[in-house]
Amino acid sequence: MSAWHEIGLVTDIPRRGARCVATPFGRIAVFRTAEDHVFATEDRCPHKGGPLSQGIVHDSSVTCPLHNAVISLESGEMRGPDEGRVRVFKTRVDPLTRVIELSLAAEAAGIVEAAE
Amino acid sequence: MQRLVVIGAGMASGRVLETLFETDPDAFAVTLFNAEPRGNYNRIMLSPVLSGEKSFEEIVTHSDDWYGEHKVTCRFGEKVVAIDRARKVVVGEKGEVPYDRLIVATGSVPFIVPVEGRDLDGVITYRDLDDTNRMIEASGRPGSRAVVIGGGLLGLEAAAGLRLRGMEVTVLHLSGHLMDRQLDEAAGYLLRKDLEKRGIAVMTRASTERILGDTRVEAVELADGTRLEADLVVMAVGIRPSVEIARAAGLAVNRAIVVDAQMRTSDPDIYAVGECVEFNGTLFGLVAPLYEQAKVLANCLVGKPGSFSVRELSTKLKVTGCDLFSAGDFSVGEGREEIVLRDPSQGVYRRLVIENDRLVGAVMYGDTGDANWFFDLIRDGAPVAAMRETLIFGQSYQGAAPLDPMAAVAALPDDAEICGCNGVCKSKITGAITSKGLTSLDAVRVHTKASSSCGTCTGLVEQLMALTLGNAFNPQAVKPMCGCTDLGHADVRRLIVAKQLKSIPEVMQELEWKTSCGCAKCRPALNYYLIADWPGEYVDDDQSRFINERVHANIQKDGTYSVVPRMWGGITSAKELRAIADVADKFQIPTVKCTGGQRIDLLGVKKEDLPAVWADLNAAGMVSGAAYGKALRTVKTCVGTDWCRFGTQDSTGLGVRIEKFMWGSWTPAKVKMAVSGCPRNCAEATCKDVGVICTDAGYEIHFAGAAGLDIKGTEVLTQVKTEDEALEMIVALVQLYREQGHYLERIYKWLKRVGMESVRAAVVDDAEKRRFYFERFVKSQETAQRDPWADRASGGVASHEFRPMAEITFKEAAE
Repeated sequence: MSAWHEIGLVTDIPRRGARCVATPFGRIAVFRTAEDHVFATEDRCPHKGGPLSQGIVHDSSVTCPLHNAVISLESGEMRGPDEGRVRVFKTRVDPLTRVIELSLAAEAAGIVEAAE
Repeated sequence: MQRLVVIGAGMASGRVLETLFETDPDAFAVTLFNAEPRGNYNRIMLSPVLSGEKSFEEIVTHSDDWYGEHKVTCRFGEKVVAIDRARKVVVGEKGEVPYDRLIVATGSVPFIVPVEGRDLDGVITYRDLDDTNRMIEASGRPGSRAVVIGGGLLGLEAAAGLRLRGMEVTVLHLSGHLMDRQLDEAAGYLLRKDLEKRGIAVMTRASTERILGDTRVEAVELADGTRLEADLVVMAVGIRPSVEIARAAGLAVNRAIVVDAQMRTSDPDIYAVGECVEFNGTLFGLVAPLYEQAKVLANCLVGKPGSFSVRELSTKLKVTGCDLFSAGDFSVGEGREEIVLRDPSQGVYRRLVIENDRLVGAVMYGDTGDANWFFDLIRDGAPVAAMRETLIFGQSYQGAAPLDPMAAVAALPDDAEICGCNGVCKSKITGAITSKGLTSLDAVRVHTKASSSCGTCTGLVEQLMALTLGNAFNPQAVKPMCGCTDLGHADVRRLIVAKQLKSIPEVMQELEWKTSCGCAKCRPALNYYLIADWPGEYVDDDQSRFINERVHANIQKDGTYSVVPRMWGGITSAKELRAIADVADKFQIPTVKCTGGQRIDLLGVKKEDLPAVWADLNAAGMVSGAAYGKALRTVKTCVGTDWCRFGTQDSTGLGVRIEKFMWGSWTPAKVKMAVSGCPRNCAEATCKDVGVICTDAGYEIHFAGAAGLDIKGTEVLTQVKTEDEALEMIVALVQLYREQGHYLERIYKWLKRVGMESVRAAVVDDAEKRRFYFERFVKSQETAQRDPWADRASGGVASHEFRPMAEITFKEAAE
């Protein structure tokens, strides 16, 4: 379960956007921030199950498309007065090929810095 | 004496030798191979050589004399063929050299974009002196044109150098802003502005399709079909570690040669240093860590302790006059706080990111005077709480008394000019506030004209009001758009036009946004304002659109979508209904429902199916009904004189005509219309955003109705005699709303804010003005009337959006 799965290139996801990955445990949303950090969370808002991969990405948060819940992509926690969290998955990016790898072990999101 | 062989005479290995000779000059007999026919020079200073600011001689680090003095056997211009680890010899083209210790410093090679025409004469990379000389030679031909592929550090330095040598230069960059690995959007925007000022053309989101030419390069063709004439093409998109020799020798190689903290490879007698190494999963391209590695390696060779670790890096661009700096991690996130300082008049942008009372990242543009100070704070992890308030102003502000802007304004003389645009001085403003009892910024604008044009003096005017009125002045009377700015929608819209701001990063920089990339509230609003104000010029930012407008369907509670094809004026046909029925069957669409706007809604469509659903509907002649957009939605009609015994005009025909004229246009909020053929009003036109009631005498134009959260009957705008007049009136009205409405403000709320008088003055009373708004709508429709479904069904636009980017099977996941 700790294996890394190659899921595509950083450039496959638009900046400030998201794509999803189908897995046996449900959909995982993969986000790319304005600064090219890549995060992955389960694709379900803790509020009413909205697909987070369809939301607007800003700083390192996403706003759920259904009812505007704001979720931190790093911790998976809901921001503001709401409570609840989504599972986050580790990702890492090969700085040279820019291939994204995803680990299905649901732990705190780890980021591997892109070296220049 | 031990034998040390070094493969590669670059900056990293050069520093190893320097350190080694300083510590123990007699420890090793050194043989130095270099594929380039010369010794070590300062490669990062090639840019000044290219631009003519320095000569090659000035950037040579190690001269022949230096090598002679240290008894280095130089084998320059000779490539190494292999490393024979069993016999401990390096095999050069001209013979073998035995070693006791070996350093691999093969560096990196430029990445060549794998496009057709990459081998043509005149297509070069930017890596060494030979490349630089080739560029200098090409720039010697008068009127010659260069295309630089890659808007990163190297590409921009090449572009600036070629431009200084007189070439016409275009930079192509795949991403949305320049130097996207080091800069955020705002700084990227300022950099672009500066480069364009120097005559360098910049094209972002530019994907190179192929390079054209017979034997020599003639042009570059982009994916969107654009063709750029070129005599020289410079590829500067990135580098790749050069690891072939190491790999062939059986050393551990991942993405580059794997080394430990002492720079040892998997063979304890072989070291590696520089751009060809990988340490803890990290690769290196900037010079600071390479020098660090070199020091560790040199010490290790003479038995001194030391270990290499990855430290924070900073970036500067070596283009004269473009001052930028970035360091650390400047992404925003949980527990992180950003401080943004923008000075539009000076083209200054600074952003600091703070986490746990430590500065963790910084981006600066325009004034990088404090770069080193900020970089030290990042590296040292020093606490910043004590200077938090003035941190962004830099080192010189620390410890000084904080400035009081109010005191500065109070000290201004009465005749000091406050508003440069309208020539309004301080006393005129304070006088008007007192004598006319003004309490709001808008009132001051109306009475004095101050701050009513470009708005840059708004802050000053507000301070004057605060001084004059004391507590009676409440600047918060204007509700800010969102937490990212203090400006309200009205100010933002006015300034976008007044200052000719044409992109989201531009708006955020020039209007001093407090966050780096906005939020889910302001980004969709800005995107709309820019579309409405700069039709045909502004490129829609998909990522600033709400999902429904991004995928052109309505998201439902379970994450599926609903699809509503357009039925002009509510008219359909057997053929269309058959196509809809077939689609419902084929894609097993669970619910088919009639909407309130006389359309058919297909609910529960899977996102992956959307393009195929659209393709089938397109094939039957239907286009997107825009039921998802802040846009023209539906024009509902009754059957009018076609069938109805009470009908007075062709209400169906007019409804269809309006819808065909106006579809595709984006509006501040949704716009629903209706045309009723007689006052019995079967199309319910009197609760719509815009409605028409036909009478024997002509057409009554209604607007500003609501039948949602609020219920409100329409107001009558005017009455006209002909269908043509009705159309012109409605189009002008909607265009006025498009230009004045605040994002998400329905027409009835807009009317309440601006007043009936101003609307009538613009579109009813003055035929010339009406024509003006009408024409502007027509102009914006030139680029707006494209069916978004057709663009996507063909797979041409955003094809990647609709499918998962990858699928992990159960078997793969279990491994």
